[in-house]
Amino acid sequence: MSHESNYVPGSAIERFLDKRLPLIRVASEFMEFPTPKNLNYWYTFGAILTVMLMVQIVTGVVLAMHYTPEKTMAFASVEHIMRDVNFGDLLRYTHANGASMFFIAVYLHMFRGLYYGSFKEPREVIWMLGVLIFLIMMGTAFMGYVLPWGQMSYWGATVITSLFSAIPVVGDSIKTLLWGGFSVDNPTLNRFFALHFLLPFALIGVVFLHIWALHVPGNTNPTGVEIKSKKDAVPFHPYYTVKDGFAIVLFLIMFAVFVFYMPNALGHTDNYIEANPFVTPVHIVPEWYFLPFYAMLRSITFDLTIPFTDIVLINSKLGGVMVMFGSIIILFFLSWLDRAKVRSMRYRPWARFWFFLFVIDAVFLGWLGGKPAEQPYIAWAQGATAFYFIYFLIILPALSMFEAQPKGLPSSISEDVLSKKAKKQKAIESSIQPAE
Amino acid sequence: MADMSTSEDIASTQGEEGTRRDFIHLLAGMTAVGATAAVAVPLVDQMNPDASVKALATKEAVIDSIEPGQVVTVVWQGKPIFIRRRTKKEIEEAKTIPMKILKDKIARNLNTEDKAPATPENRIAAGREEWVIVVGICTHLGCIPLGPNETGAGGDWHGWFCPCHGSQYDNLGRIMKGPAPENLLIPVVEFLSDTKIKIG
Amino acid sequence: MIIKILVMKMGKLSIKRVALSALLPLLAGALWTGGVAQASGGGTREPVEVEWSFNGPFGHYDKAAVQRGFQVYKQVCSSCHSLKFVAFRHLGEKGGPFHADKCPAGFPDNIDCANPVENPAVKAIAAEYDIVDGPDESGDMFTRPGTPADYFPNPYPNKQMAILANGVVPPDLSLMAKARAGGPDYIYSLLTGFEEAPDHVDIGPGVYYNPYFPGDLSSAIKPEYLDEHGHPKEGIHVPEGGVLKMKPPLVDNIVDYADEEIPETVDQYAKDVGQFLMWVAEPKMESRKQTGLMVLVYLLIFGGIVYASYRQIWSKDEH
Repeated sequence: MSHESNYVPGSAIERFLDKRLPLIRVASEFMEFPTPKNLNYWYTFGAILTVMLMVQIVTGVVLAMHYTPEKTMAFASVEHIMRDVNFGDLLRYTHANGASMFFIAVYLHMFRGLYYGSFKEPREVIWMLGVLIFLIMMGTAFMGYVLPWGQMSYWGATVITSLFSAIPVVGDSIKTLLWGGFSVDNPTLNRFFALHFLLPFALIGVVFLHIWALHVPGNTNPTGVEIKSKKDAVPFHPYYTVKDGFAIVLFLIMFAVFVFYMPNALGHTDNYIEANPFVTPVHIVPEWYFLPFYAMLRSITFDLTIPFTDIVLINSKLGGVMVMFGSIIILFFLSWLDRAKVRSMRYRPWARFWFFLFVIDAVFLGWLGGKPAEQPYIAWAQGATAFYFIYFLIILPALSMFEAQPKGLPSSISEDVLSKKAKKQKAIESSIQPAE
Repeated sequence: MADMSTSEDIASTQGEEGTRRDFIHLLAGMTAVGATAAVAVPLVDQMNPDASVKALATKEAVIDSIEPGQVVTVVWQGKPIFIRRRTKKEIEEAKTIPMKILKDKIARNLNTEDKAPATPENRIAAGREEWVIVVGICTHLGCIPLGPNETGAGGDWHGWFCPCHGSQYDNLGRIMKGPAPENLLIPVVEFLSDTKIKIG
Repeated sequence: MIIKILVMKMGKLSIKRVALSALLPLLAGALWTGGVAQASGGGTREPVEVEWSFNGPFGHYDKAAVQRGFQVYKQVCSSCHSLKFVAFRHLGEKGGPFHADKCPAGFPDNIDCANPVENPAVKAIAAEYDIVDGPDESGDMFTRPGTPADYFPNPYPNKQMAILANGVVPPDLSLMAKARAGGPDYIYSLLTGFEEAPDHVDIGPGVYYNPYFPGDLSSAIKPEYLDEHGHPKEGIHVPEGGVLKMKPPLVDNIVDYADEEIPETVDQYAKDVGQFLMWVAEPKMESRKQTGLMVLVYLLIFGGIVYASYRQIWSKDEH
């Protein structure tokens, strides 16, 4: 922790503990941590995500007490949970919808980070740990979706694990290794269960590092200007504990609406059909949160050849896999792609314009991922995928050079807050005294 | 420092307004605790027996093929139930055991009153002197005692003998010797006919 | 020039506007992908929207309809379709069609009819089924009357016999109302939607045309309606839906309802089966919605209190 501690151990027990295991000191520093006073609701998703991780782990451990990771019994054991286990239907619906809520929150959290430049120096490590969290989350969610052993579980597992067979030379061996057999079968299910149970605990570890790394430079804020004086900051507790708490309750309300009133709205009907290795569903779609990446995977329908020859450098299968993984890997390098000194897009109209197009592009890709793999969707997906990469590889670096001069950047956080208040006051006054 | 106000500053706001303000934080905290408690209910209750387990709470068994002197084990709620058909000699033998040498003087029969004494009458169903039906789990630490099928004699008291720590039971399932504190439990049993019983 | 104007407009964008304009289609898209259109061909007809009693946040099952639906299942559907995740006791559980809060008058005190295992109606239904059990002491399997703890028996002893009898395995109905797009609407539409195949297609023997059944009839168009390239001629369309091996199972008066008021028509039967299969797929729906109401009320109050606390704490920071 970078700030000075105000903690003075009071009682004898506290003094004893402080010399041996300074838990109370660490907690107290955490609570007192100076936090920019102008954080808006976009900054509450970190706390929401922490809650969601806990919800998923608690409901997951409880579900694991009733679930059977065996191919003839997995589907039936899920039905057993739904029909017979006390509160089993609520626990399972909470867990299943919790995954979707987790991704909603993580996408909004990333959106905020991208908009306010939270990935910029000196916060590169926080951002990269975040991308790692996102990757582990995706793996965990994918393996969790396989566990009910429905048709989408089975065929999703088949398709995604087959991605690895695109790797030259060793691809097929890797696929066999993942499967533990020659098709997705009982060994696959069993290991996916083990990993689905394990990975969330790995997530806790990375989340801990993510928060630790956050407490070295401290939060960014909507202005992107660092804390300059004590006037700019408030202690984390009670100011942000209560604000985060309020946001968490709002988020839980949305979550509860899904769990209790539309628990299957985000799922796919085919996953209520037991897995059948001999019948592929007409239209395989992943869960909604993977759709943009799925669209990018499917957009590569052509081989990359050496010009004027027939020699294939990268075939379409490998190309699709590279593009899909590349779309996430590229995020690791974001801090060096966008080198603009000004963090917040509030003061960067050009960057804001292109970012707006990027978000539209990502949503469009998500929509395309849910469409069948046929024209014109493939052509659209190719264009959208190209823009995704152009945004990161060309537009962002170019903008950092062109848009050196920020527009209306305040000199400090409190200046910004005060000018906002003054504006508000003016607006109120002018509304009280209407023009004659 | 004025900006770096802490929770103590807020809590120490003076006057009536201050108390009302404190109250809202307290209420928020209490509501959060209430929510956590409510969430704990399903998380704990899911470990209780589920509906499919509860549905198997009773068991019907046909007993017409059991010969005198034989013990048959049936499974009820995952536990072994010994159904013993006693010979005339065994019935008489059990009657000769005086009450005062019994280790546990309470019947431990779910079909009688709680404190009923462990007389031979209280260890059987009325008018069904031949039949002794007990839960086959040693009251010491839960091992399964061996009976005449396994050991011939069934221990010193010709009932059951527990191999784990040497507890000895008579043919009514009463503890006679060894570390077990109680007589073998008699579950709720109903004779549906001469040949059929319902356990549980 | 155009871009410059655009950028000037974008200059007015705030994070809220950027996010909102992007998120609304995202949410809509997420909800929408559940019902993506099936493959090619003539498409599938949208299921009829039935006004079910269980629709909406306060919806509940129509107990009498679920009971009648069970009767239709038992007398018609169960000869081919299994219900393997449902036990007889489920019929008597809270929210189930034969649940009783207390026994009818004249029952002995020691019977608790609220307990599905002791519920006389459930016991009677179970006893009508033959359950294969065993092996007995001589190693043979035997049949005995069902008990509430037993599951609905499969009409076929194995998959091969089901195929032999029907050409395909008739799908299990335990989750049918959740396993098809449209759910109970689809079930109702399919059961009432059998019709003559249009003149320009030849569906072949042993199958039945249904516009609600997912399929592709583009190869079933009669040759005289195709041009020299094998494409349908001008004005000829591939019909909606597909063909299935199940012949229309319901006809008027096939099931005799005890309640004289209820019409014995295909339409009524299909609605009752829809109710029954929805209950079968989601037996806990009623209690889930009730719990949800309490949870939401609690969270709204909680949210209000925390908001008050939040405003109170931040009012200290007014400068």
